Amino acid sequence: MSKKSFRQAVNEALRQEMERDPTVVLMGEDVGGGMGAPGEDDAWGGPLGVTKGLMSQFGRERVLDTPITESAFIGAAAGAALRGLRPVAELMFVDFMGVCFDQIFNQAAKFRYMFGGTAKTPLVIRTMYGAGFRAASQHSQCLYPIFTHVPGLKVVIPSSPYEAKGLLIQAIRDDDPVIFFEHKVMYDDEEDVPDDPYTIPFGEARFVREGEDVTIVAIGRMVQMASKAADALAKEGISCTVLDPRTTSPLDLQSILESVQETGRLVIVDEANPRCNIATDISAQVVEQAFESLKAPIRMVCPPHTPVPFSPALEDAFIPSPEKIAAVVRSVMASPTRQAAA
Amino acid sequence: MEPSRALQLNREELLRAYRQMRTIREFEERVHTEFSSGAIPGFVHLYAGEEAVAVGVCMHLTERDCIASTHRGHGHCIAKGCDVKGMMAEIFGRADGLCGGKGGSMHIADVAKGMLGANGIVGGGAPLACGAALAAKTLKTGGVAVAFGGDGASNQGTTAESMNLATVWKLPVIFVLEDNGYAESTASSWSIGGDAVKRAEGFGMPGVRVDGHDFFAVYEAMHDPIARARAGEGPSFLHVKVNRYYGHFEGDAQTYRAPGEVQRLRAEMDCIERFRKRVTEAKVLEEKDLAAIDREVLELIEESVRAAKAAAYPPPPALLSDVYVSYP
Ligand SMILES: Cc1ncc(C[n+]2csc(CCOP(=O)(O)OP(=O)(O)O)c2C)c(N)n1
Ligand SMILES: [Mg+2]
Repeated sequence: MSKKSFRQAVNEALRQEMERDPTVVLMGEDVGGGMGAPGEDDAWGGPLGVTKGLMSQFGRERVLDTPITESAFIGAAAGAALRGLRPVAELMFVDFMGVCFDQIFNQAAKFRYMFGGTAKTPLVIRTMYGAGFRAASQHSQCLYPIFTHVPGLKVVIPSSPYEAKGLLIQAIRDDDPVIFFEHKVMYDDEEDVPDDPYTIPFGEARFVREGEDVTIVAIGRMVQMASKAADALAKEGISCTVLDPRTTSPLDLQSILESVQETGRLVIVDEANPRCNIATDISAQVVEQAFESLKAPIRMVCPPHTPVPFSPALEDAFIPSPEKIAAVVRSVMASPTRQAAA
Repeated sequence: MEPSRALQLNREELLRAYRQMRTIREFEERVHTEFSSGAIPGFVHLYAGEEAVAVGVCMHLTERDCIASTHRGHGHCIAKGCDVKGMMAEIFGRADGLCGGKGGSMHIADVAKGMLGANGIVGGGAPLACGAALAAKTLKTGGVAVAFGGDGASNQGTTAESMNLATVWKLPVIFVLEDNGYAESTASSWSIGGDAVKRAEGFGMPGVRVDGHDFFAVYEAMHDPIARARAGEGPSFLHVKVNRYYGHFEGDAQTYRAPGEVQRLRAEMDCIERFRKRVTEAKVLEEKDLAAIDREVLELIEESVRAAKAAAYPPPPALLSDVYVSYP
């Protein structure tokens, strides 16, 4: 056990799985870096240095730099997965999925079902998401709801370094295509992370804290925001459960329902745009299955339905903050308790 | 290539070309300093070293013509006539930026001026240029479109598809491949399989290779493509070999480059120095003409930065404007 950053946790998971299993290969733009260039090899390790050192350790046969050609290499990763490799492909920013989405949702996602269960596609696509980097409209989106919508894909959104390592190792060992989301402003976050490999199963939510008054379900980076809000609310005597679903596909609805049955109040925090996102999805399912338990309307804390603006002044206002979350929780606590249906 | 059509540019045109190249250079050098000091956030990709390409190409264009740019777009913007102060304010995220501070360095645009946007998506511009060319052709404006794209972008499916479409639809488009040697840290000699000019020929359009450190060579090379596009004969392609002076983005340690590579390029290949030498030796311009421009450009950049820093950030309601959804 030692303190590791999110970046180190991801790097270590990749390294340990590559050491364990020779069929694991990495590919992506500048995942090593310096191909054909006069200076250092392995010069980049991706734009934010997450895969640094892996090309030096495992060589160019297993860490493959690609031209800028996402359709071709993401599709090649899917094809290789059908034929015995376990590729981990890096789609640098999730915003670039627009270039290669066919290979993901019509190809990789469909093989298992469409081929009548005769195919396995052990593919991981790692990708950066999220606002807060001043990276503007085409480098700041979440987009995980779009992948969650597609049957056949597993969607993983780790909320801390510990979560990232265990969930990534699980993803690599999984036989279905997994989209693995890394929030670009979380790479320097640190916490204690075991040195040995470990896995965290998909579809099992994490209770970050348990309380009696309100259940807050938060996705990815929003788990931190919700926890901060819960700290502040605790001082005011409002006790919150904070639940991290970890994976939006599969989704641990059971844990959410159980928590709502206890608290009777639900707030969902999602950094994705508010229409057809994870918050609306969870909300609909809770209303359908636990309507009687709700003492107050469900509230969602999301950004507005706009692209992510560049200007720091606007981007800060775009992102759900602990203050906004706390304010919404207070309003839920203040809404008159709903009477059981007659 | 002598006698060069390019040197037949008149005095005023040469001064304009010099002013634009110098403006781009000073703009980028200053953005580099401001970024290093923390005044500019986000991703910034500098065009310094490549000025002769944008200017040599855009000297042929007027306001009815369009360009589609890239993430490395400041030079294209300036060469296409975007307001320098508005650009600087945009990069600083201020309300009076060209896009109200909402776009930033990677999304500067001035559609009315025919600048269809820098682009955060590599290969995103070529299809848009085809569309602009289709509009010009259909509406009979006489306009043409230029698709700028890097060596990295040249390997993107959108680029290949656009080149084919342009031939099939006989569009007035010129594809300008700005090969600055690298896409991020990856050498173009590694990433481009085969020969870029032969690819263009394979799509049925003429292609030539040009030295992008030489304004006159670029200007000259654009002559036939422009004439062909304006005559309704279809697309052309330029493979421009050039270099960038800074990292891929600001903050790039550039360990993939050879030691001393940039110093050597600056000393031996600089497009602005070459231009100065050429025009003064030919005695078409004098040192003092150029020195006067240098001073004016420095003042303009200084004033742009001062104004940008003093300008207000966009007010909170700006977050919710420019979308069709209305908020209470
Ligand atoms: C579709 C897509 N893939 C990857 C990226 C990340 N990226 C931004 S710029 C760049 C390199 C582009 O190289 P090139 O086209 O040669 O242009 P240059 O930066 O050299 O001007 C990459 C990989 C992106 N923005 N969009
Ligand atoms: Mg390049």
